[in-house]
Amino acid sequence: MTETGVNPFLQSESEVIVRFDDVGMRYGRGPEILKDVSFVLPRGSFTFLTGPSGAGKTSLLRLIYMAHKASRGVVQHFGHDTAALRRKDLPDLRRRIGVVFQEFRMLDHLSVFENVALPLRVAGQKRSAYAEDVAELISWVGLEHHMESRPATLSGGEQQRVAIARAVVNQPELLIADEPTGNVDPDMARRLLRLFVELNRLGTTVLIATHDLTLVRALEAPILSLADGRLTYRERAA
Amino acid sequence: MSGDEKHTPMPPAGGHARLLPPDAGRDRPLFAVAAILVFLACLAALGARGAWTSSDRWMSDLAGSMTVQVRPVDGRDASDDAAEAARLIAALPGIASADARSRADSEALLEPWFGTGGLPADLPVPLLIDVELSDPDILPVEDIEAVLADTGIAATVDDHGRWSDAVARASHLARMLALGLLTLILGAAAAVIAFAARASLAARRDVADALHIVGATDAYIAGLFERRFFGLGLEAGATGAGFAALIAILVAVGGGNADAMYFLPELVFAPVEIASLLAAPLIAGAVAALSARLAVAEELRKRW
Repeated sequence: MTETGVNPFLQSESEVIVRFDDVGMRYGRGPEILKDVSFVLPRGSFTFLTGPSGAGKTSLLRLIYMAHKASRGVVQHFGHDTAALRRKDLPDLRRRIGVVFQEFRMLDHLSVFENVALPLRVAGQKRSAYAEDVAELISWVGLEHHMESRPATLSGGEQQRVAIARAVVNQPELLIADEPTGNVDPDMARRLLRLFVELNRLGTTVLIATHDLTLVRALEAPILSLADGRLTYRERAA
Repeated sequence: MSGDEKHTPMPPAGGHARLLPPDAGRDRPLFAVAAILVFLACLAALGARGAWTSSDRWMSDLAGSMTVQVRPVDGRDASDDAAEAARLIAALPGIASADARSRADSEALLEPWFGTGGLPADLPVPLLIDVELSDPDILPVEDIEAVLADTGIAATVDDHGRWSDAVARASHLARMLALGLLTLILGAAAAVIAFAARASLAARRDVADALHIVGATDAYIAGLFERRFFGLGLEAGATGAGFAALIAILVAVGGGNADAMYFLPELVFAPVEIASLLAAPLIAGAVAALSARLAVAEELRKRW
């Protein structure tokens, strides 16, 4: 196991999905939540982001899925410096990122099918063009009998699978999951992890934020570890 | 999934569900306020239109005519003088007609001050001549005064300039007041809708956030609120315009217009007014949609 401030397997720029260089972040005039954070997410990698509650995991994820701007430093997505991007360029980049939240963030007035299809609908695709693919994806996550159900009527594990399906429906290059197993039982946690591994095997770069050490121990994936807003990188031998 | 067991799942039938859920509890008070504002705006618009029509009529009544007042003079018959003056004036160029009015007509004009009992026969009363001009822009005052002076008829020519200036100022004021009122009401409606749109966005932050995360543009999200408030404005506009139409019909049929309130703009119910009322819901919808779009777009710009 190595431990350093930046993960060492720096790739060529085209192979880097996300790059952070000396990034700091604060909310408003508050204290700095993230300090001097540097790392890269190589294309096709599977990485855990760990740390105790309040360490800044969610804030780091907000920077990665572009819900917040860095206070200092350089953040690059797919080779683009996000500080230099115009606001109208952001949606195209966001469509290349799928996000799974611990609290799911489903739209409860829409069916499972409509929730999963949301990224495609927002991108302007016609229902007839994606309906079968969406149905197949819902079937792939094991919810083919719940296509017309409202998310609120599903269990935590089922809702998490809907969230995952929504996050990957437009085949994003990067999949981010924030505590994806926080609301499910251990058996469902293992099944969800297998789902993430399968997506990674199909080429999606995966970053999972969790403080569930059982989940982290299940794979020999590299770990980005946050403590008091500072990040360290640990690579683990397979 | 094994290949043997694989079957193609069927997507559910039907079209898109609305991305912004119905929000009847929040929308009902807004609907009432918007309908009332549209009602007031319609009345203001009808009032503005009435002010325009009335002032145009007042001005045209005054602009194309003059009045000659023939004063009684001892030793002369005022009626003969008036008839002779009318004949001479009618022969002048630029005059369409000149009609001498009788003493009874003059007494009728004085009735508000002297009552209906009539005036003593020996009381000298000026007689009037109504002069209609061929061209309202040419006032042959000096020609009339000259021809009457030649014949020794004592007369005063009134070209209505004193009155038309006052009427022009009054009608201009009435128009500006009506337009100002209409502008204020439309501004208030836009402000109320913008406030409601911001509140609606705050209440539906979950939807806006979810849409942002999946790659929706600001325009896409603002468009959802724009369509929602267009519909609300359309319905509120139809309701408000409907009540305004009812009032206009009652006033028009009841006759409570120019005769009773000569200096107030009259409410009429003609094709232009009907078209205005029919357009009101569309205008209300457009104002609501634009207000909502601008307000939501501004709120979204504050993020990221």
